[in-house]
Amino acid sequence: MAKPFTPKVVTANALLEGDVIYQTATGWTRKLEEAEVLTDEADADLRLIDAIQQADLTVGAYLADVDTSSVAPKPTHFREAFRAKGPSNYTHGKQEEVQ
Amino acid sequence: MYSYTEFDDAFIAERNAQFRGQVERRIDGSLTEDEFKPLRLMNGLYLQLHAYMLRVAIPYGTLSSRQMHKLADIAAKWDKGYGHFTTRQNIQYNWPQLRDVPDMLDALAEVNMHAIQTSGNTIRNVTADHFAGAAADEIADPRPVAELIRQWSTDHPEFQFLPRKFKVAVSGAPHDRAVIKAHDIGLQIVEKDGEIGYQVIVGGGLGRTPMIGKVLYEFVSSEDLLPTLEAIVSVYNLLGRRDNKYKARIKITVHENGIDDIRARVDARYALIRPQFTGVDQQMLSRIEADFASPTFKTAPIDTFTAAYNSDPVFKSWADTNLTDHREDGYAIVSISLKAHGETPGDATAEQMHRMAELAAEYGHDELRISHEQNVILPHVHRSDLPALHASLKQVGLATANIGLISDIIACPGMDYCALATARSIPIAQEIATRFDELKLEHDVGPLKIKISGCINACGHHHVGHIGILGLDRAGVENYQVTLGGDGTENAAIGERAGPGFSADEIIPAIERLVIGYLDLRTDASESFLQAYRRLGLAPFKAALYPEAQANAA
Repeated sequence: MAKPFTPKVVTANALLEGDVIYQTATGWTRKLEEAEVLTDEADADLRLIDAIQQADLTVGAYLADVDTSSVAPKPTHFREAFRAKGPSNYTHGKQEEVQ
Repeated sequence: MYSYTEFDDAFIAERNAQFRGQVERRIDGSLTEDEFKPLRLMNGLYLQLHAYMLRVAIPYGTLSSRQMHKLADIAAKWDKGYGHFTTRQNIQYNWPQLRDVPDMLDALAEVNMHAIQTSGNTIRNVTADHFAGAAADEIADPRPVAELIRQWSTDHPEFQFLPRKFKVAVSGAPHDRAVIKAHDIGLQIVEKDGEIGYQVIVGGGLGRTPMIGKVLYEFVSSEDLLPTLEAIVSVYNLLGRRDNKYKARIKITVHENGIDDIRARVDARYALIRPQFTGVDQQMLSRIEADFASPTFKTAPIDTFTAAYNSDPVFKSWADTNLTDHREDGYAIVSISLKAHGETPGDATAEQMHRMAELAAEYGHDELRISHEQNVILPHVHRSDLPALHASLKQVGLATANIGLISDIIACPGMDYCALATARSIPIAQEIATRFDELKLEHDVGPLKIKISGCINACGHHHVGHIGILGLDRAGVENYQVTLGGDGTENAAIGERAGPGFSADEIIPAIERLVIGYLDLRTDASESFLQAYRRLGLAPFKAALYPEAQANAA
């Protein structure tokens, strides 16, 4: 039996800046908590194709699992947690913008 | 030092102009990412976890002060004010934006530098002993031949699409400081009957399947070296496996076919191509050798050094740890540690880079080196200048006295930056260094090389660490495996895996138990960790790492 579909977001790197971006219903955001959560597999596949086709904005789009137990989506894997935050040795990347 | 010829300048300018056009075409949509990616990789531009990363080659680790100043300027202007020196004597910028990269490459070209062939399945930056031209134990300076190999391999039309990347390292001294036995080709300069030649080692490598290189030829003369290298890479180009990325390096080709079969094939290829080498390469080598002429050393009293050494314990500690004997009386080789406790191994700020460049110009015959151990070397400093040099380094956080000690850790960028990583490396290195600094034990522990990789590709050389740490993803959690007894010198050895891995929280206490265990096991302070390991084997060290398993077994 196929594994049940788990909630996902579409994520990629921005072409010009190279930083991590997430797809929203209408465009792109740099904050995971603003990403559009996809709960339907067919819908997610279509949204990913849409993201890949935006080659002037994105590089390497893929679907990443998210935890939807609270209001905003959260990463389920530590790799996605680092992508959403930035490196741990300097407050660079996304955590820099939060400060 | 080697300076670009008109040919070199024109070649780099053309490549940079081509890449500028490629970037423009990617941005305006004329090129897809699939089309652009191999082009950017050919020019050293990766896309990592949080940003692009530009990897700049520092051929055989040698820099002038002008070049180091430029690296600092680039860090300040287009990055976040720092650069990361790597285990292959490169510098990596972690935060460039795509539009800026052509300008960065033009800035590098101003000082005879580039990022060509720092990625892709090509012959990569040729590395060398970071004490080249200065070491007391050297037979000959490895840099002229490394430069010759750089020129031969750069844009070599036959070798732009090898089965996999290809790394060459050269050592001019019998004590191997360049890890040549863990390279696709390692060259050891040797002397036979008064003639300088090369022992050629092939098939070394770390990564998923670590292998110690095997001797292909005991002695190859200078005029036969390039045709021999060309024959080896040519044989590999055809024979190397392209069906499986993990079996594509020459170490697997050598392992699967056997060194004798490889030698027979290389001999045959060599016979075919040898006539094409008419001696032009040897004329070029002579010209290059002139560029690497020894500096004019001075003769001066070393009273200031002796006085500082006897009166300033901080200076004494630094001098005892960070200086190496120079071949010239009165001189020393200075290793500047980029491993201040708690800082990121291999990182230098723009301010620190400028300072090192100034000091090289003032006291170091204008030469700097980057070591594969991620430190900076001033290869020629007169001892009388050391107190002033040390004082200046101290002002910018560069006077850490820990070369070769437990906190002088090699660490790859790991999952803090690298898209391939399976776990973080940097915080583990920071925490180990911080912990042993708190314990005030590192000088008692003595020589000990810890090397950390954040994935199986082993950029952090964990296999050849006396203590190797490999970060993995175990069911969605960072997990760290320990290997013991590795050695990257002329006595090269691959470390043995000690047992089950540790979580990120457990690994620092585990390393502490291991090192404290060693202090109990050693005969006396003169027996290093590696020597004790070789005498006693894995068992007692394993017992220190896994006390619970011991208790359960009892």
